Amino acid sequence: MPHRQQLGRRSEGWMGLERGYRARPGEWIAEKLIFLVSLTAMVMIFLIFVFVTREALPILLGRMSSAAALETAVISPSRMDTLSPEALRQYLGLTPAEFAGKDRETLELLMELKEEIAAEAPEDKDATVNTAAWRYLLFPHRWTGYDHPVCIWQPVSAIHKYNIVPLIVGSLKTTVVALLFAVPLALAAALYVSQLSSPRLKEWIKPAIELLAGIPSVVLGFFGLIVLATVLQNVFGYASRLNAFVAGIALGLASLPVIFSIAEDALTSVPRTYTEAALALGSSRWRAAWQVVLPAAVPGVFAAVALGFGRAIGETMVVLMASGNASILSWNLFDSTRTITATIAAELAETVFGGHHYRLLFLLGAVLFAVTFLANLAGDLVIQRLKKRLEGKRA
Amino acid sequence: VRRGAGHFEFRAHIAELSARVHGERPDFTLKSFDWVSFACTGLTGLATLLILAILAVILGNIAMHGWPAISWRFVSGGTESDMFDVTKAGIFPMIFGTSARVILMTIFVIPVGVVTAVYLTEYAHTTSPITRVIRGAVNNLAGVPSIVFGLFGLGFFIGFVGGGMDALLHPDNPKPVWGKAALIWASMTLAVMTLPVVIVATEEAMRAIPLGLREASLALGATKLQTIVKIVLPNALPGIMTGGILAVSRAAGEVAPILFTGAAYFMADLPRSLTDQFMDLGYHVFVLSTQSPNIDKTRPILYGTVLVLLVLTFALNFVAILIRARIRRHVRAAHG
Repeated sequence: MPHRQQLGRRSEGWMGLERGYRARPGEWIAEKLIFLVSLTAMVMIFLIFVFVTREALPILLGRMSSAAALETAVISPSRMDTLSPEALRQYLGLTPAEFAGKDRETLELLMELKEEIAAEAPEDKDATVNTAAWRYLLFPHRWTGYDHPVCIWQPVSAIHKYNIVPLIVGSLKTTVVALLFAVPLALAAALYVSQLSSPRLKEWIKPAIELLAGIPSVVLGFFGLIVLATVLQNVFGYASRLNAFVAGIALGLASLPVIFSIAEDALTSVPRTYTEAALALGSSRWRAAWQVVLPAAVPGVFAAVALGFGRAIGETMVVLMASGNASILSWNLFDSTRTITATIAAELAETVFGGHHYRLLFLLGAVLFAVTFLANLAGDLVIQRLKKRLEGKRA
Repeated sequence: VRRGAGHFEFRAHIAELSARVHGERPDFTLKSFDWVSFACTGLTGLATLLILAILAVILGNIAMHGWPAISWRFVSGGTESDMFDVTKAGIFPMIFGTSARVILMTIFVIPVGVVTAVYLTEYAHTTSPITRVIRGAVNNLAGVPSIVFGLFGLGFFIGFVGGGMDALLHPDNPKPVWGKAALIWASMTLAVMTLPVVIVATEEAMRAIPLGLREASLALGATKLQTIVKIVLPNALPGIMTGGILAVSRAAGEVAPILFTGAAYFMADLPRSLTDQFMDLGYHVFVLSTQSPNIDKTRPILYGTVLVLLVLTFALNFVAILIRARIRRHVRAAHG
């Protein structure tokens, strides 16, 4: 705020709140409270980071096993007395405190339970494998019944297959389609609205495109599922009705207003004198916009695309409804696809609280948070620098 | 620039040459039509038109198919028998649930958002590191994916806060009272999500208040806090309302954050307490379009629900835009 200095304020110390608590203790406390409350946004970002990664931590550190069967040999309950108490405790996987609190009958019951679980476990070379280890999350593995190594996300089966590569590819596919659709349209519209259209037309077009931003994502997902999927299938004639292409187009509609409004702001904030100079040199309005204004606004345009990317990759309801949700690893745009966000939304309700599937979905959430955080940070830094440059120019 | 200028020089050169040859006065005005500019302007205009056409198709499609489904019975009726029954199902429980979670959210988010905006506009140094960090956090919070808010609500509000409250208040109750999906946790999750909207709108309104008002108050002997409470905040009230309404319209349509924190697939009764789950308009749209036993038969109520949701969010948006336009006019009058 440029007029800040005109106020002739007293020199202020730490956080601008040092005004002496003796003079007005009530106000001093109130102002400290204002400062503390204003930290909420920061605290929330921190808490989101902590609480999403906290649930994912056992997987991140490789401390969680999702093996379908036990690795140790089963000991029959009748042989209970042959074991030392310490060996028995380790066999049952109890802490000393838990072990001390249980009587003989309970222990026997636990041993029987363990035997039953072992009997029910599938006979499979992969049954004793910890499928939540990093190796299985990221690299293809030759599961029983497959003739070559594959990447599969199949959490609800006898052997929990947790390869996240198909989901990442799915997210990238839909996001790329969305950006290929939305970026050219949004940038062209931003160029037209900010540079070429008449001011009266601009007053109508801008709110209309902002109206698109007001459509809830579940409605866009519904539109993609019910209307767009049928229309696009009739036009392009591919096999699977719901796929990455349909989801990408619907997703593009969600990220289009974001890209448009930031790019439009960036183009409008290029000083008017640039355009006027170009026009005075005999350039047409289009050439001034394309060769003078656009290059000057490139950082803003980059920020717009970065934030649009963040919006597209983090969008949930649209892809959950329109992408078909088959977790197959495929680069084909017209295959049914499942993204990271849709996986979390569709599967979390059915997982065991604190189980490996639950924690894996939180791991996906943490990955998503990190990716969007970086995209936002990049976009934000560029916008800040742009602002500084423009303010420096004006002064 | 270089190509444009070169082009111009070239044209001028040609004009001069032709003048020498024909002995005429050189004509420096470029009469020939610039086809490239014309085509490109047309293309960008077409892109704009295409976006508007898509918008019109979406809204038109929903309005056309949704309008016949709207009736008083549909809007005021419940879903006692079968939520997929076209002739009997109503959406009153969903309208109620969405309104309840959004109103609760406003109660949580407005005070925090307004106080943050007060700090950022009235107290903070624009250049101090802490201000930059707060601003960065606000911007970043706006970009966090909505599904991550859902995970956060589940991990923090339900697991940590709710679970902690259960351990403290009902230590011997085996069934969780607070540590489960509930109206209050969904509202709080949404409040975290919409915090940036309220902060940004309030800040804008507070910056628009002329400095003279503050100076007059200070000159009369009011302290800074008195000035803020008695002069700045009342004048910023329309802006605060705009922020609240924008937050409400954003939150009303969000489904992902409430998937795990409170929305219910089906409930026989309306929620009675803060710890009850609720049915929700947006979630109902999702349920109707993906879980319906016969999508063609249930299509009318699906379109009807979408139309109600859309009208709700757009009406709120529209009110916010009107208030904001009024503020901007006042600003222009005050500063101009």
